[in-house]
Amino acid sequence: MRVLVVEDDEKAASFLANALRESGHSCDIASDGEEGLSLALSEPFDVLILDRMLPKRDGLSVLEELRKQENHAPVLVLSALGTVDDRVAGLRAGGDDYLTKPYAFSELLARVEALARRKSPEEASTKYVVGDLVLDRLSHKVTRGKENVPLQPREYRLLEYLMKNAGQVVTRTMLLEHVWDYHFDPQTNVIDVHISRLRAKIDKNYDKPLLHTVRGAGYILRDGAV
Amino acid sequence: MTGLYKLTRTTAFRLSMLYFGLFATIAAAATTYIYHQTDKLVTEQLAEAITQEQRSLDLKYRTQGLKGLEQEIAERSLAPGNSLYLLANAEGGYLGGNLKSISADLWNAPGPSVFYYRRIHEGRAEDRFAVATVLHLTNGSRLVIGRDIEDQRDFGERVRSAFLWTMAGILIVGLGGGLLISRQLLIRIESMTETTQSIMAGDLSRRIPLTGNDDEFDRLATSLNVMLTRIGELIAGFREVSDNIAHDLRTPLNRLRNRVEAALREKTDEKGERYREALQTTIEEADELIKTFDALLSIARLEAGAAQNTGERFNLSTVIADLAELYEPVAEEQGIELKPDVDDDVSIIGRRELIAQAVANILDNAIKYSAPACKSGPEAPVKAEITLRLRQREGHADIVIADHGPGIPEADRERVVKRFVRLETSRSQPGTGLGLSLAAAVARIHNGTLTLSDNDPGLKVTLSVRVPAEEASRST
Repeated sequence: MRVLVVEDDEKAASFLANALRESGHSCDIASDGEEGLSLALSEPFDVLILDRMLPKRDGLSVLEELRKQENHAPVLVLSALGTVDDRVAGLRAGGDDYLTKPYAFSELLARVEALARRKSPEEASTKYVVGDLVLDRLSHKVTRGKENVPLQPREYRLLEYLMKNAGQVVTRTMLLEHVWDYHFDPQTNVIDVHISRLRAKIDKNYDKPLLHTVRGAGYILRDGAV
Repeated sequence: MTGLYKLTRTTAFRLSMLYFGLFATIAAAATTYIYHQTDKLVTEQLAEAITQEQRSLDLKYRTQGLKGLEQEIAERSLAPGNSLYLLANAEGGYLGGNLKSISADLWNAPGPSVFYYRRIHEGRAEDRFAVATVLHLTNGSRLVIGRDIEDQRDFGERVRSAFLWTMAGILIVGLGGGLLISRQLLIRIESMTETTQSIMAGDLSRRIPLTGNDDEFDRLATSLNVMLTRIGELIAGFREVSDNIAHDLRTPLNRLRNRVEAALREKTDEKGERYREALQTTIEEADELIKTFDALLSIARLEAGAAQNTGERFNLSTVIADLAELYEPVAEEQGIELKPDVDDDVSIIGRRELIAQAVANILDNAIKYSAPACKSGPEAPVKAEITLRLRQREGHADIVIADHGPGIPEADRERVVKRFVRLETSRSQPGTGLGLSLAAAVARIHNGTLTLSDNDPGLKVTLSVRVPAEEASRST
């Protein structure tokens, strides 16, 4: 995966680029808005990480210009501005995701990877399959092996999101955002409890666990060990 | 003198001078007009009377000759009144009448003319004003017929002087009144100016004094005072934030730094396991700091923008039900039963995210503080309970979170809403101590309130939000 980091803070940019490279992605850096825009327009990137406050041209204006020029590369907006309004402004300008500084790298990586996947044309598949776990999006039925797994509506949506991102780390905030549509950070680990309930239904009575916890990052649904 | 100069520079003084000028001009114009009209009327009547008399005397002369005229003049001269006569021969010699002589230029004047004549009145000679015409008789003698208009002149004099005196009076009263009014206003304004200046100098506790007569100045002063109170609160808020930052952020930062230092001092074990551990803790502490910082910023921004409640209409019932569903497993894990009791289809205008966050914060607290009471786990015979209720009453939607935890003593209830206030009993619990402050700020920007009350036992937190009027009528 090829990522463009548009960030004026040199240390932050190189930290981000190194970390992304360590995770197996290739990474370019642009240090101001103009450079970022011309790079993004001239070369194909899988994901753009765009800081909101940039010299020469601010992040949102770069984003608007990109979209005007029919460039639809997924963009993760990074910002120190973290209120609901700032987020809405970022998404309205054409951003696909919004992350407030300071962030945990694991959070950023999970989101960037999710964005890159989203870019590949949404497989119109009506079924998600991970190992012997099958989720039928038409009938809303979930089966493991031959057994039917009865789920509450919210558990179904939680599993659906995990399966859509199967093989990739999904963070707690991503789950809260996509399954519950909230962007705040609850103090108690509400998500963990929901996960453990889901786990009790899909994993508990089976030999091979599919839903794994990634320490310090989140969860991953995959067939096989982490 | 500077005081007087200052007074004359006031708007009130200028206005009163303007009004005085207008009034004086109009009064002068009216008086002059009336005087001139009256004068004209009297003069015309006088001229008419003289002409009439001229005709009748002329006729007398023609029919009865000079003798008859002389007799008539003598008779008329004796009659009381203001008529004046002088009959003279061609050489100007006196033939009869109550006028003894007149000046030469009048003698030859073609039409009516005015002059002074001397008359003896009560033994004193006096000059009186008169008007007369000269009638040339056929034999060369002349007849002067006139009227004493001294009284008319005197009347004019009196009107003029009365007018001038009145004007002088008005000028004095106007000036004095203007000065007095401006002084009154100036005193009020000065007291405001003085107050604002001392506020500018930094004394925010000052308030503009009220006179208590509820005039426009009092009303202005009242709203200024309310504004000052609000500004004072905001500044106190900022001051509190910086104090909070100093205390609640510096302390953990210091702890974090100490930990890193300590880790650096340590001898490396073979796998660097201790380093890893120290770094892990450091990250966790940094995360806590970030959370605290975020919450502080959110509260500050909410409080700064407290005036406007922009937002969109959303279904509050769904949000509350969702939150109940989100928190139910966590509560259950702690051995607490979360009971939702939600009115259907309550919709409000506001920020969905913020309301959700506020309720989540209160729920976090409720779960946190209910839990220790039943540490024995889910198997404990008596389950702790938290009720999450949404009720719509006229114009308001009440979100009530009631627990059976230790509660908050009445004396502390107001205090805990403030930033970072955590009761000593709860210092050991995790959390930023900002949850309720944020909830209160969210309530405020929704024109609502956050109230803490006794759930007997436990704590009942009520977040009350205004429901837009048209929506309330639609849903009932």
